[in-house]
Amino acid sequence: MKKITYFILYLFIISTPAYAVVEVDITRGNLDPLPIAVSPLYIEPGSKDIKDGDKIIKNIGEKISEVIEVNFKRSGLFNPLKKDSFVQNPDIVHIKPRFEDWRLIKAQALVTGKVSVSDDKIRVEFRLWDVVASKEMIALAFSTTPENWRRVAHIISDKVYQRLTGESGYFDTRIIYVSETGEKTQRFKKLAIMDQDGANVKYLTLGNELVLTPRFSPKNQLVTYLSYFRNLPRVYLLDIETGIQEVVGDFAGMTFAPRFSPDGKKIIMSFAKDGNSDIYTMNIDTREVEKITDHTSIDTSPSYSPDGKYICFNSDRSGLQQIYVMKNDGSNVKRITFGKGLYGTPVWSPRGDLIAFTKVHKGKFYIGVMRADGSGERLLTENYYQEAPSWSPNGRVLIFYRETKSDEDGKGFSAKLWSIDLTGYNERLIETVTDASDPSWSSLLSK
Amino acid sequence: MKKSLFLSFIFHSIMIIFTALTLPFMMRSPIDLPPILSVELIQITDKTSIPFAAKATEILEKIKKEEEEKRLVSQQAPPSEKKKEKPDRIPMPEDLDKKKKEIVKKKQNPKETKEQIRQASEFEKKELFDPNQVAALIDKSKEETAETIKKNEKLTQSSDKNSFTNALTLSQEDALKAQIFGCWSLPLGLPYQENLLVRIKLRLKPDGTVLRSEVLDHARMNLPGQAFYKVLAESALRAVRICQPLRVPPTGYEKWKDLQLNFDANEMLKG
Repeated sequence: MKKITYFILYLFIISTPAYAVVEVDITRGNLDPLPIAVSPLYIEPGSKDIKDGDKIIKNIGEKISEVIEVNFKRSGLFNPLKKDSFVQNPDIVHIKPRFEDWRLIKAQALVTGKVSVSDDKIRVEFRLWDVVASKEMIALAFSTTPENWRRVAHIISDKVYQRLTGESGYFDTRIIYVSETGEKTQRFKKLAIMDQDGANVKYLTLGNELVLTPRFSPKNQLVTYLSYFRNLPRVYLLDIETGIQEVVGDFAGMTFAPRFSPDGKKIIMSFAKDGNSDIYTMNIDTREVEKITDHTSIDTSPSYSPDGKYICFNSDRSGLQQIYVMKNDGSNVKRITFGKGLYGTPVWSPRGDLIAFTKVHKGKFYIGVMRADGSGERLLTENYYQEAPSWSPNGRVLIFYRETKSDEDGKGFSAKLWSIDLTGYNERLIETVTDASDPSWSSLLSK
Repeated sequence: MKKSLFLSFIFHSIMIIFTALTLPFMMRSPIDLPPILSVELIQITDKTSIPFAAKATEILEKIKKEEEEKRLVSQQAPPSEKKKEKPDRIPMPEDLDKKKKEIVKKKQNPKETKEQIRQASEFEKKELFDPNQVAALIDKSKEETAETIKKNEKLTQSSDKNSFTNALTLSQEDALKAQIFGCWSLPLGLPYQENLLVRIKLRLKPDGTVLRSEVLDHARMNLPGQAFYKVLAESALRAVRICQPLRVPPTGYEKWKDLQLNFDANEMLKG
């Protein structure tokens, strides 16, 4: 009896066909930039024109979309599609896009929006659409004073970048640099500040004294830099909002290579005396000074890790200039570079995973990155002369300056700012009015 | 009483067996049979016939030659537009010295043609062959063999997985993969040190269009620090939507109507 029951059950089991789910592994895709359409923003009837200095901007909706497009193009991650191919007009698309039209031109994402301008206010709404899935991904509105319209465009770029890549953007940021004019042998150097795309340039010093190595504080309001006052190089602190500047500590010697701690409370710098230089920190509020390294060699270019627990710096204590890492109290010093050539200007990534550096080998200058333990060295770009890398706030792009070779009379010389992303393929010139050097990238202005 | 009980038991048993044997067949939908392959039966002789084998080699060579000629003709067709491959990262001077000293040129000028560093074609490779480097080549071949074995193992596992269901042949699977490869735009800002596998389960229509799609590890999207996963999953879903109708076999719908695509970006980003 039991056997019959089992037999019947067995028949039931084998009689129903059961197919396992077919699995297919997709391990390749294309790495082309994402095709994105940025529709000009619709201007609401009754909106006023915007004054930008002497100019009057009439088509503000188009201008905002252009700034967003330039940001996307420069990032190397997006491919903004040409506006000539757009089928839908801004006045309709901002209400509800006809996705078939956007799929036709191979767009995968779409940015639409509208803008209204009154006397003292600009209101910008934008929406990001997933064209393939026919759904909205993000929708936000911003209100500000009309002269801030470029910042609104940068903030929109950041929001779209974050939504489509999963990491924070870097468009609503500023860059401080040294503006250079005049012949190579007699350069006038002024501190200058601009938006990350090169717009809104402002000069912070007059050019009477030589200025070098400006660095932003994490809170963006303060800048520390090196200036030669009465032929003595000193580290200064400048408040961008008030314009007040002061000497950082009254050292009986030369101070240089300043940089802020991640919390913005301390400045770390080199102090040189009698041919030896060591690393010091100074608390900005209490003016308390602490000696971090104590070695007979030259220790310089210190940079904190984002958690503030470690410091990387370069030193010639091994005979050649190499990069070292130590704890923030100066203990546990460890050399991390062992490759051929000289290593300098180490800068810890805001993500904490990488250290950017300048490498000199056989007369060539390289900008590269490596892990914090010195492994995985990758050289991103090579040139005749380039140095001083500075990270974008999301740790994906580096800005640095590059000088060209000049003849014996100093002709043909130029110094320009360049950016390169971590892949090493997306290298771009950043247009500046004058020659430029020593750039430093601020953190995001709107967090 | 006993007799009627016994008869009742017998009849009931017969009914149950009959139902069991017939009903499932009635419930089951008609079997989707794969296309019939005609196989010619050949009689095998007791002894190996050498002259026949020689003749066969000749024929095989002839066929091979014909195929080669056909291939060469097809190669003369105008080349399709292909994007330039991105150059490798900047090599160190000592690496360059090892190759040729003249290579040192600017990376930023794409107009300059680098004759020395262009990739050697199959024909040039033969000329570049250096007998002195045989030892090095042997060592390399060992590595390559190991890699091939590894790959084969992987392939066997994967084919096992599918041969169990027998839903897709290897060529059908390859065709499907190739289709999706072209549709999947990888988000370029993905972190390198994370698990970048997204599993998408699909219910397909017989024509290959997607009826339903579902991200299997959906909960991971909302975890802190996993924002990139949402982006990755969206890109995978987008790829499926762009690609549809998927290239599925014309028969055997029941077997492949539920399809799971494992999008793995690790391999591409880590190389």
